[in-house]
Amino acid sequence: MASLSFTANLQRHLRCETQELAGATVREVLEAACASNPRLRGYVLEDDGSLRKHMNIFLNGQQIEDRTNLSDSVNEADELYVMQALSGG
Amino acid sequence: MQKLLISTRKGLFLAQDKGGRFEISRTSFLGDPVTLTLCDDRDNTWYAALEHGHFGPKLHRSEDFGESWAEVGTPSYPEKPESAKDKTPWSLKSIWSLATAGPDRPGALWCGTIPGGLFYSSDRGTTWSLCEGLWNHPQRTNWFGGGADHPALHSIVVDPRDSNHVFIAVSCGGVWETCDAGETWSVCADGMRADFMPPDRAGDPTIQDPHLIVACEANPDMMWAQHHCGIWRTCDGAKSWQEIASAGPSTFGFAVAVHPSDANTAWFVPAISDQHRMPVDGNVVVTRTRDGGKSFEVLTDGLPQGHSYDLCFRHALDIDESGDRLAFGSTTGSVWTTANQGDNWQLLSGNLPPVYAVRFV
Repeated sequence: MASLSFTANLQRHLRCETQELAGATVREVLEAACASNPRLRGYVLEDDGSLRKHMNIFLNGQQIEDRTNLSDSVNEADELYVMQALSGG
Repeated sequence: MQKLLISTRKGLFLAQDKGGRFEISRTSFLGDPVTLTLCDDRDNTWYAALEHGHFGPKLHRSEDFGESWAEVGTPSYPEKPESAKDKTPWSLKSIWSLATAGPDRPGALWCGTIPGGLFYSSDRGTTWSLCEGLWNHPQRTNWFGGGADHPALHSIVVDPRDSNHVFIAVSCGGVWETCDAGETWSVCADGMRADFMPPDRAGDPTIQDPHLIVACEANPDMMWAQHHCGIWRTCDGAKSWQEIASAGPSTFGFAVAVHPSDANTAWFVPAISDQHRMPVDGNVVVTRTRDGGKSFEVLTDGLPQGHSYDLCFRHALDIDESGDRLAFGSTTGSVWTTANQGDNWQLLSGNLPPVYAVRFV
């Protein structure tokens, strides 16, 4: 199981505590979280399933490579963080 | 007591008329961008469209006149088929217009978006469905972004005589009409002119850039358009549009308001031009016609004259149901109101965040 955590700024809008989830790719782990929390998808992903422009996902401390299909491989005990980019004003 | 909702880059502000002067009495969503609101007087429900920089557009609903808000459904686009040839992403970028769907359709709403899709809700915004009749129209792929990266559906005009009859307008996609509640659509922007296109396409109705269209409540066949290239008016339900050649200091701008019972009376907030989006000579003015555009008055009383650089966005001018009171807000955080059709203006605040929209309740 991989762990999935979220920026505190996202928790201002919806409940999303750190979870242990199964999945072989970033997409599968995120979809597992969305299954029990459908609103989460629209906050993190575009309608076409790609990662929102100003969001980041870190896998073991590194930004994921594939922001479109979220196909980066995930292994047991990996740590995923859904963060927001440093943008705004 | 009359109220005004002010949507800004840093939250939603409710102002109330206190003895002839509006004062801010409540804030909501402080710190978050609120792009526009809708007050549904059929059931006293309020809606607010938010646009989180990181988390995307969201829609909220209030059933207690703005005291509390709850997130409802956000329109979403279906998966783009492999066969689709258009370059537009099938993904919601902004909620860009909201309208009630008519007195005979309680709880039903229309929502216009960037990148150009029109959505319909029959359950007060809980769920939404894409209007496929418009989205799948073959000429929709002619549309392109003007200002925004993608086409922006900013105007929804429901005929008060027949809720099946709806006009929408798109930057840049012209004006479109349905007579069957969205099943079929036809473009109706004949007479408009796009100076930003090569000469042989300047008259193409499907690429026009109306910034906003409004219809007179008592005479809905009379509509006004503040267009990227000037001001146009129709007297025949958009079968043809006639250009208004001159309107005070400039015919460029984004906003327009029409009197609810007198279609010949309309207001505009002009800026210099496409390339210089600020008031002419640094003077904030409102222009008003009472004769269908034959002549215009330039209204200045109570507005700053000299070194003022306020721009009024397309949804940041509103008129109330009496036709006497108007309000407009600016990119530099000023809001003015008038109780006498613009003869005199009062500053509500000069220190708000950039104003996206104002709406009388």
